[in-house]
Amino acid sequence: MAQKEIEIILTRQLASYLAMPIFIVDPQGSLVFYNEPAEAILGKRFEETGEMSQDEWVRLFAPSDGKGNAVALDRLPLAQVLANSRPANSNFWIRGMDSIARHIELFAFPLVGQTNRNLGAVAIFWETPA
Amino acid sequence: MKVKLWGTRGSLAAPGAETMRYGGNTACVQVRGDDGTILVLDAGTGIRRLGENLPRDTKRVDILLTHLHLDHIQGLGFFWPLETPNLEVHIWGPSSTTQDLRTRLTRYLSPPLFPVRLRDLPCKLFFHETPCDECCIGEFTVQSAMVAHPGPTVGYRIHNFAGVLAYIPDHEPALGAQKFPTQPAWTSGFALAADADLLIHDAQYTRAEYLERIGWGHSSYEQFVQFARLARVKTLVSFHHDPGHTDEMLDRLTEQAARSAAPAVKMVAGLEGAEFEI
Repeated sequence: MAQKEIEIILTRQLASYLAMPIFIVDPQGSLVFYNEPAEAILGKRFEETGEMSQDEWVRLFAPSDGKGNAVALDRLPLAQVLANSRPANSNFWIRGMDSIARHIELFAFPLVGQTNRNLGAVAIFWETPA
Repeated sequence: MKVKLWGTRGSLAAPGAETMRYGGNTACVQVRGDDGTILVLDAGTGIRRLGENLPRDTKRVDILLTHLHLDHIQGLGFFWPLETPNLEVHIWGPSSTTQDLRTRLTRYLSPPLFPVRLRDLPCKLFFHETPCDECCIGEFTVQSAMVAHPGPTVGYRIHNFAGVLAYIPDHEPALGAQKFPTQPAWTSGFALAADADLLIHDAQYTRAEYLERIGWGHSSYEQFVQFARLARVKTLVSFHHDPGHTDEMLDRLTEQAARSAAPAVKMVAGLEGAEFEI
């Protein structure tokens, strides 16, 4: 496995010290890390899931609106951030890997490294009342 | 590829009777290729003596800066090629998010910190920002990548037909690494150092000192060896010695580190004036 960029390594380090749920993706949208507070909402430890492609995590968490309709990929904040290089936020339902549906509010922003390298995106999210 | 250490001290020059063997000059390493290509890794106070030993008919010098902390650039104003009309000097180093390399260096090479302005130097001066794509300088192929150290900082991987030199003088690979030293993908500097024939690496602190200075951007001797073992380097050279560490203390640290590095890694003390051939 190729070595991660230093900014990603340090972002993971910061995330592992913070109490807010954080989800980090690479420029292709593949999940590279989520922290311990996120594990409580996503329903499984990161150590057990590991890295996964965007298709995999979208299928796994099955984001949906209040009526049970799937949220299209291009409406998901992380995908919007990667497409537009601008922050995005939204709220929707996900299905945790413990099979529990949770309503979350999510804010995502791009990770831009030294020399303007696109390194991916970070999402911070909270479980909130629907 | 011939490698010579002209300055091995970190943070601050530390001349004195108690630092004679490891040296008091700050970071500067010369790399010379069979075709005469000269690379200068960092421009600490060691660069002055390096310059005195360069042939006067030198046509081009490439200075590869890892970062712009003073102990890595302080010697620039005392390097004669910069004062020589028509001599090509290429300076490679990191920009910041708001200023290019030239602008950042101008902050030091201008009054009141230095009497001569960068723009008044008579040499042919070229700036190249790192990290950048792999590039060729004479017979060398050079790769650069950001590493864990406060402020924009890169390490270099230099190779030719003979082998690979990795130079990461200011580096805290344990910072941010998950379960250091077991996960190469999550370890700063791993790709630069992997399977290198010679790694010149930060070894600034004792274990006790490191615990009081986590996040300052440097390694303990223990981490220095662990990183080299993880990267499977052949020969490891200690560098960026703490200004407070005497020769006697560094001998003790070297002996312990060499013992723990062996047999997988050959650890060698980074003495000012030491030479290596790859």
